[in-house]
Amino acid sequence: MFPIEKHHMATSIEDAVRALAEDETSQVIAGGTDVLIRLHEGHGDYRNLVDINKLDELREIRMDEEGNVLIGALASFTEILEHDVIRKHVPVIGESVNTVGGPQVRNRGTMGGNICNGAVSADSACAALVHEVDLVIQSPEGERVESIIGFHTGPGRVSLKQGDLLKHFRVRPGNYKGFGASYYKYAMREAMDIATIGCAAAVKLNGEKIGELRLAYTVSAPTPIRCAGAEEVAKGKPLTQETLAEIAKAVEADVRPRTSWRASMEFRLHVIRTLAQRVTRQAAERAGGTF
Amino acid sequence: MAVGKSPVRKDAVAKVTGKARYTDDFIMPGMLHAKYVRSPVGHGIVKSLDAKEALALPGVEAVFTYEDVPDIVYATAGHPFSLEVDHQDVADRKLLTKHVRYHGDEVAIVVARDPLTAEEAARKVKVEYEEFPVCVTHEAALAHDAPKIHAGGNVIKSHSFEVGGNLDQALSESDVVVEGEFKTPVVQHCHMENHTAYAYMDDHEHIVVVSSTQIPHICRRIVGEALGISWGRVRVIKPYIGGGFGNKQDVVLEPMAAFLTMKMDGAPVKLELNREECLVSTRTRHSTKSRCRIGATRDGALKGIDLDLVSNTGAYASHGHSIPSAGGAKSVNLYPRNVVKYSALTHYANIPSAGAMRAYGSPQVIFAIESAMEDAARAIGMDSVDFRIRNVAREQDVNPLSQKKISSAGICECLEKGRKMIGWDEKRKQYADQTGDVRRGLGVACFSYGSGTYPVCVEIAGCRLILNQDGSVHMQLGATEIGQGSDTAFAQMAAETLGVDYDKIHVVSTQDTDVSPFDTGAYASRQSYVVAPAIRKAALELKRKILGHVREMTGKAAEGMTIAGGKIVNQNRPERVVLDLAEVAIDAYYHKQRGGQLTADVSHKTRTNAPSYGCTFVDLEVDVPMCKVKINQIINVHDAGVIIHPLLAEGQVHGGMGMAVGMALFEELLIDPKSGWVHNSNLLDYKIPTFVDIPNLECAFVETVEPTSAYGHKSLGEPPIISPAPAIRNAILDATGVAVNEAPMTPKVLFRHFSQAGII
Repeated sequence: MFPIEKHHMATSIEDAVRALAEDETSQVIAGGTDVLIRLHEGHGDYRNLVDINKLDELREIRMDEEGNVLIGALASFTEILEHDVIRKHVPVIGESVNTVGGPQVRNRGTMGGNICNGAVSADSACAALVHEVDLVIQSPEGERVESIIGFHTGPGRVSLKQGDLLKHFRVRPGNYKGFGASYYKYAMREAMDIATIGCAAAVKLNGEKIGELRLAYTVSAPTPIRCAGAEEVAKGKPLTQETLAEIAKAVEADVRPRTSWRASMEFRLHVIRTLAQRVTRQAAERAGGTF
Repeated sequence: MAVGKSPVRKDAVAKVTGKARYTDDFIMPGMLHAKYVRSPVGHGIVKSLDAKEALALPGVEAVFTYEDVPDIVYATAGHPFSLEVDHQDVADRKLLTKHVRYHGDEVAIVVARDPLTAEEAARKVKVEYEEFPVCVTHEAALAHDAPKIHAGGNVIKSHSFEVGGNLDQALSESDVVVEGEFKTPVVQHCHMENHTAYAYMDDHEHIVVVSSTQIPHICRRIVGEALGISWGRVRVIKPYIGGGFGNKQDVVLEPMAAFLTMKMDGAPVKLELNREECLVSTRTRHSTKSRCRIGATRDGALKGIDLDLVSNTGAYASHGHSIPSAGGAKSVNLYPRNVVKYSALTHYANIPSAGAMRAYGSPQVIFAIESAMEDAARAIGMDSVDFRIRNVAREQDVNPLSQKKISSAGICECLEKGRKMIGWDEKRKQYADQTGDVRRGLGVACFSYGSGTYPVCVEIAGCRLILNQDGSVHMQLGATEIGQGSDTAFAQMAAETLGVDYDKIHVVSTQDTDVSPFDTGAYASRQSYVVAPAIRKAALELKRKILGHVREMTGKAAEGMTIAGGKIVNQNRPERVVLDLAEVAIDAYYHKQRGGQLTADVSHKTRTNAPSYGCTFVDLEVDVPMCKVKINQIINVHDAGVIIHPLLAEGQVHGGMGMAVGMALFEELLIDPKSGWVHNSNLLDYKIPTFVDIPNLECAFVETVEPTSAYGHKSLGEPPIISPAPAIRNAILDATGVAVNEAPMTPKVLFRHFSQAGII
C-alpha cells in the first residue's frame, strides 16, 4: 500500500503538461521504479502524481528521415535494449540500460525517468553524454530542445521546470556515426545494483590514431560528467598503452569523486583511472582500432 | 526402502503452485494492524512522547508506549528452557523501551484498521530523545569509559578452555607459529518471508498466536514469560514458513502480538515487518574480531590452536554468548589430536541485536582457524590439503573437550575427493608464479559441526503416528518444516521403519502447540538427528500394534509377520501377503468387538551428538586493478553420514554455499561508528548476491555410517555455510599473495589490502 493522495491519469501530452503546471506539488510517474520507492519510504513529495502511462506516443523508438535516432521518454529499458534501431546505431545506449536493476525493473523503468530524476548514478547518463543526446521537452509555452550536456544541474537536479514534460531523446547522426562506444558499470554486484562508478567512452578514429574521444562518468562528481581534459589529451594520440595511461592520469583533474559510506574517494579514483583505460580501449577497438 | 531415495518433497507442489498457506495468507474479519514507532537515534532516552496527532488520524485504534507494557524483563533467545538458572538466557528487554539502545529500537506501537494507516500514524507520533554516547565497535564497547548499554555493563559473558595438553608447551615444540587477526561482519539472514505474526482470542482465557516461527513450543513459553501469564494459556500455530535461517529461532514479534490482542479485547492484531525493519530490528549474525595462533612442526604435525575471540551481540543479548560458546566447542571435533585453547567474550553495543544464524558461531570461528591453518601450511612449506589430511579427525579419535569418542569421521575422504574433483595438483602447478592483472588461485578449508545441542541443552523430540482407515498414516511432529525439507525426510524415515510407501505417510506440516507433540524446533541442524529416534520408536510401536491386531484378526503369531510395501506379509517369505494394511486398519476402527484406533505417541531425549564434517575447494580469479574476485569453481564435500534424500541434501548444500559466498564477498550491515545509524537497511544497499553473482555450486558426499544415529545420518542443515569463506580467503591469498583476514572481501576491502601490499 502506498500513501498516494492524488492521481491524475493524463490523456494527452497537453493534458499532462497542464496538470503538472497547475499544481506545483505534482510529480510525473512513468515506470514508477523510483517514485514508488519514495512512496514506500513514506516520502511527502510524491503523493500527488500525474501518470503518463497512457501516452503511448511517448513510447516510440525510431529513426526519423534525417537519420536522428528518437527514443521516447516512456520507452522501457527493455524496449530500448531490444530495439533494432538502437542495436544498429547506438548500441551503447542499449548496453547501458541493460545494466539497470533486474529484468522486472527494466520492463517498467524508462530512460526518461532515469535522466529526468537527476540521479548521479543513472546508467543511461554516460551513454547519453557521449552521444550528446538532445532532450525534446514540452512545456505550457511550447516545445524546446536542450542538450544533455548541462542538463544535469546538481545531485538529483536537472534543468526541468514545473510543467515541463520530456517527450523524447534525439541522437543526431553526427553524434553516433563513425564512433565506437563502450560502457562499464562498476558496481558491488553484477545485477540489481547502482553504479559505484559508471564510465562510457566513444571513440572516432583518424587512421591509426584517436580522432576524437568522448569520456563520461557517473558518480564521479555532483552530476554525470564529461571529461574535457582527458578528451583533449587523447586527441591525435596513437592506440597504445601509454596513451591509455595518459588518459587515465588526465582524468583525475576532470572528476571530483567524494567519500561516502558507500565508497572512499581514493577507491573511486582508483576505479575511475582503471576504467578510463579499459573502457577507452574497448571503445577504440569497437571503432576498428587495435592496440 | 525409502531412506536414500529422492521422492518428491511433501510440500513441493503446494509451494510451487501457490497453494501452500503462509502466515500472511490467513486474514481474519476485523483484523487490526500494528506498526512500531522506532528510534532514529543509536542510544538515548525518551524525553517526551506525544501521540495526539497519531490518535487523531481516522482509523487509528490505539497507541501504546513503554509506559503501557508489562513491567517484565524477558529473554527472547529460542533455546529450550533450562533447569539450571546459570544457563538461562539473558533477560534484558521489555516489550517497549524508554531507554533506546540501537537505531530502530521500539518505543511505542500504533494499532490501526489497515497497515498504511498504522504506518502513517507511527510517523506522526512525536518523540523527543536525549541522546547518549554511542558505542558500535568492539573497542568502543569495551573501553573502560564506555557508556553502559545495560545496567550490568557491556560485557555479557566470557569463558575459555584449554584442552589436549598445554598450549605454551605445544607452541614451544612447534617449528613455526603463525598468528593473525581476523574479522567477520554483521550479516543478515534475508529469508524471503519477513517476520510476521498475528494474535487473537476466541475465549476469555486463551491467546492464539499464528506466527512464522521455527520454534512454536519455545515461542509459547516465551510469550507466557513476557506477559507473565501461564504457558498453557498460549497457543502458537506455525503454518508454512518462508525461511528462517535462525532469525526465527528467536521470539521477536509474538509477545507483542499477544499483548496487543489482549489490549484490544481479543480482536485479531497483526504485526508484519517490512524488509527494512527486518534488516535492522530482528536479529543478525554476531560480528567478531579474533586473534588466532597456530603452531606446527616442519613435518606437518599441528601442535596447537589458540583462538581468542570477541563477539558483538548488539543492543540486546538474544542468543548472546551461546554463539561463540557453541562455535568454539563444535570446532574442536576438527583437529582433535592437538592442543586447543579457546577464549571468547561477548559484549553489548549500540547496533542491531545479533542472534542465531545458520551455523551459530562456527563460520566466525572457522574463518579464523582455517585461515591461520593456511598460513601455517605455507609457513612450513607443505601443501594445504596434505597439511589438513595429516591433522584432521579420524574415527576413534577422542574429542579432547567433550571426552567423547568420534565414531564416524569422513573428513579425510572429503579432502581427497575434493582435491580430485577440482584438479588440485595440476592447477597448483599451473597457477604458480603468476603476474599480470588477472591471477588465479586455489583455496581449501575444512569444518566440523555438531548434530544438535546436547549436552548443552536438552534434546527432546516428539512423534505421533496414527493409522488411518485407508491404511495410510498421519504423522504429527513438534519439529518444524522451515523449507529445509524435514517433513519429507521424516516421512521417509517413518516409511522405512514401518514398511509402508512414502506416499502413504501424510505429514501434518503445521505445528499447533495445543495438539502437536512437544519438540523444541528447527535449529542447530538437530532435527534429522534428534527426531529420527522418536520417529523410529513410534514406527516400531505402531508396527507392533498393527501386527498385534492382525493376530487378533487371523490368529497368526505376530512374530512371523512383518509389514512391507504397505502389506502384511510373512517375514520369511515376503511374497506371501497375509492382509493389506487397509484391511487391517478398517477392521481396527470399525469392528464392534476388537481393535481401536492404532496410534503411537513417542517423546524421546537424545543423549549423543555426532560430529559432522566437510570442506570447501575453490578455484577463483582476481582482477587485481579492478579489485574483483570471480569464482570459477567451488565445491563442498560433506560427511553428513548416510544421506536420507540426496536431492534435498544437494539443495541444502547449494543454499548454504550461496549464503556463504554472500558473507565472504558481498554482505555486511554497515553501521556508522559515531551515530549507530544503519546505512544500508534495504536490499539495494545490503548487497546480498544476486543470481548472476553466485557461481555454479558443486557438491559431493562421503557417506559414513554414524552408529549413534537412527538411520546412520548426521547434521547437514547449517554446515554448508561454514567453510566457503576461509576457502575463498585462502584462494585470494594463493592468487595474489595478499592475506585478506576480514570478510566480506568486497572490492572496497580488496582495494585497501592491495594498496597496502603495493600490488595496485
